[in-house]
Amino acid sequence: MYKIVKKETLNSVVELMEIYAPFVARKCEPGQFIILRVDEDGERVPLTIADYDREKETVTIIYQVLGYSTTLLSQKKEGEYVADFVGPLGVPAALEKKENKVIGVAGGVGAAPLYPQLRKLAENGTKVDVIIGGKSKEYVLWADKFREFCENVYVATDDGSEGTKGFVTTVLQDLLDKGEVYDECIAIGPLIMMKNVVKVTKPADLHTMVSLNPIMIDGTGMCGGCRVTIGGETKFACVDGPDFDGFLVDFDECMKRQGMFKEEEHECKMMALGGEA
Amino acid sequence: MAKKNMSLTKVPMPEQAPDVRNKNFEEVALGYTAEMAMEEAARCLNCKNKPCVSGCPVNVPIPGFIEKVAEGDFEAAYEIITSENALPAICGRVCPQENQCEGKCVRGIKGQPVGIGRMERFVADYHMEHAEPVKADIKKNGKKVAVVGSGPSGITCAGELIKKGYDVTVFEALHKAGGVLSYGIPEFRLPKALVAREIKSVEDLGVDIETNVIVGRSVTIDELMEDGYEAVFVGSGAGLPRFLNIPGENLLGVYSANEFLTRVNLMKGYKFPEVPTPVKVGKRVAVVGAGNVAMDAARTAKRLGAEEVYIVYRRSEEEAPARLEELHHAKEEGIIFKFLNNPAAIVGDDNGWVKGMEIIKQELGEPDASGRRRPVPIEGSNYILDVETVIIAIGQSPNPLIRHTTPGLECQKWGGIIVNEETMESSKENVYAGGDTVTGAATVILAMGAGKKAAAAIDEKLSGK
Repeated sequence: MYKIVKKETLNSVVELMEIYAPFVARKCEPGQFIILRVDEDGERVPLTIADYDREKETVTIIYQVLGYSTTLLSQKKEGEYVADFVGPLGVPAALEKKENKVIGVAGGVGAAPLYPQLRKLAENGTKVDVIIGGKSKEYVLWADKFREFCENVYVATDDGSEGTKGFVTTVLQDLLDKGEVYDECIAIGPLIMMKNVVKVTKPADLHTMVSLNPIMIDGTGMCGGCRVTIGGETKFACVDGPDFDGFLVDFDECMKRQGMFKEEEHECKMMALGGEA
Repeated sequence: MAKKNMSLTKVPMPEQAPDVRNKNFEEVALGYTAEMAMEEAARCLNCKNKPCVSGCPVNVPIPGFIEKVAEGDFEAAYEIITSENALPAICGRVCPQENQCEGKCVRGIKGQPVGIGRMERFVADYHMEHAEPVKADIKKNGKKVAVVGSGPSGITCAGELIKKGYDVTVFEALHKAGGVLSYGIPEFRLPKALVAREIKSVEDLGVDIETNVIVGRSVTIDELMEDGYEAVFVGSGAGLPRFLNIPGENLLGVYSANEFLTRVNLMKGYKFPEVPTPVKVGKRVAVVGAGNVAMDAARTAKRLGAEEVYIVYRRSEEEAPARLEELHHAKEEGIIFKFLNNPAAIVGDDNGWVKGMEIIKQELGEPDASGRRRPVPIEGSNYILDVETVIIAIGQSPNPLIRHTTPGLECQKWGGIIVNEETMESSKENVYAGGDTVTGAATVILAMGAGKKAAAAIDEKLSGK
């Protein structure tokens, strides 16, 4: 059992938890993820690590209350426990010092896993900018926290309630058009966002890393459910990733595979909400 | 001594009827009664040179335990079996007896061999039902040993070491102990309650099982050594699924057998939506491969409601690696066998879902490196088998996490950890390994034998014998 040391509501659909998990907290690095089960018989849910505290031995996760398991997780209170919490999984992101600058692009809860990556780059002496996107102002996560180490924090909202009205790609395109020079782009968010970021960065030949979060069970290379095609080769996102070269990712296949259990997810969510399946 | 039973056939095993059991997940074989076990025991000739014992990877004194069964002293039989085998209820169910003890039985020359596996199972089940748990009084020696993985080799090694006085911690990557016994072998072949009981019995002896710890990620072997563990036994299994590398393998509806079976066994997907992990099968399912895992996957798919389930295998029935009983049960349950059929591609619909499998028929040619006749494609024989689900069950390799994070650990090109076969010690001092991570995917009993051998070697080394 793993204690929920802290719980915070970030907006109407996104919550944060700090979980006491010594084995994960001692070893985890930016880019890695964990798998949790809310209770006995629960699903194994992969979530990217948003932060960690080696002294308190806690790990921070951020999740959007979306389906059955995140709804159950959301019902847990501070001081309560989740049944299982395992990690760190995946390969740490390669975050060596860059000569010029790195631009981070986050969509929705993608800001959470992006945060420790950019912070580590900044700690290594790399200059970083970030573009954070959300449906509206409420959904733009952690702009203040990014300001602590980013030179520029750009915001894009669908309705224009904060920052630029439009998508993160609108802002990114503008920056590149204006002649900003970046060594690398790190984009984390919904698949469609990452695909569109690559559409902007590829013509500019701006190396882009993306973070994939496909359906998986064990997270250790055992099930192969998380197969993704990278440059024509099959890779397992859990052990070969989750970060990959965005230019090589077959996003269309990823999007299809993400929908493999769509009907079942719906049925299950209805159960979580107390209805008949 | 009671009168010998000279029947040429084994006392039949009571089973659920094929047409009933292929719709439920309850155990297929129901087990002998005491009378049946005693009747079967009387078939053993108690021959002098005991060929059966030499066929057993852990050298169970088989005629000795059978003699006790014949006398109706089942607890004494249990004592004899467990002197060499810590998990008899499991081995009685999943060992390929026809290639081991029963394969060597003199009675098998004319007629069927003695039903050793069936009696082993009976004795273990009888003991579980009747015996009171004994509180073990073990003198601790103050030395710590770590075991990686809680499958058959790890649990056996841990059980042996705890009895010798070591403090033993088993690290398990999943949320549940048991390894392949929990995630791989289905309920209808190996009830999970039984696995849980066998694991609890080593925990009762004092073994500490830490789930949710991935050695190689959460902690490394070197860190365990720094932490005061004087030896580490690696029994991390062969968990990495192989794929065919044919077009269409990433279509929706294609599973590795590992994923399919894990969804059903470990995550209880057959109870969806009561449990949240779904598993989905189409009306028609093709399982590629003909080993035990393939049979498990096919029979599971049938139980989940698939109407037509095919085993697609490039060699002929003779080469199929599954236990005879599994092939037999699968056939009885209505699985359709397509031998000498090799998948060439998986075909998808516009939405990316599987709609068929392209197959090339094969014929047998000259023997290959494995000694089995090589399948040769028959040109122009391609056809499409209409299926909505494909399950790939062509084998597993050792997981690379440990070899990638343990400097000094020498491995085979294909990933297996290299050990001294006498001691199971690896190229890294005080690091031992056994089971599928050394041999590649093999059997439960071989893994247990390796765990036991390693435990003896660890004890010898650490106690300075």
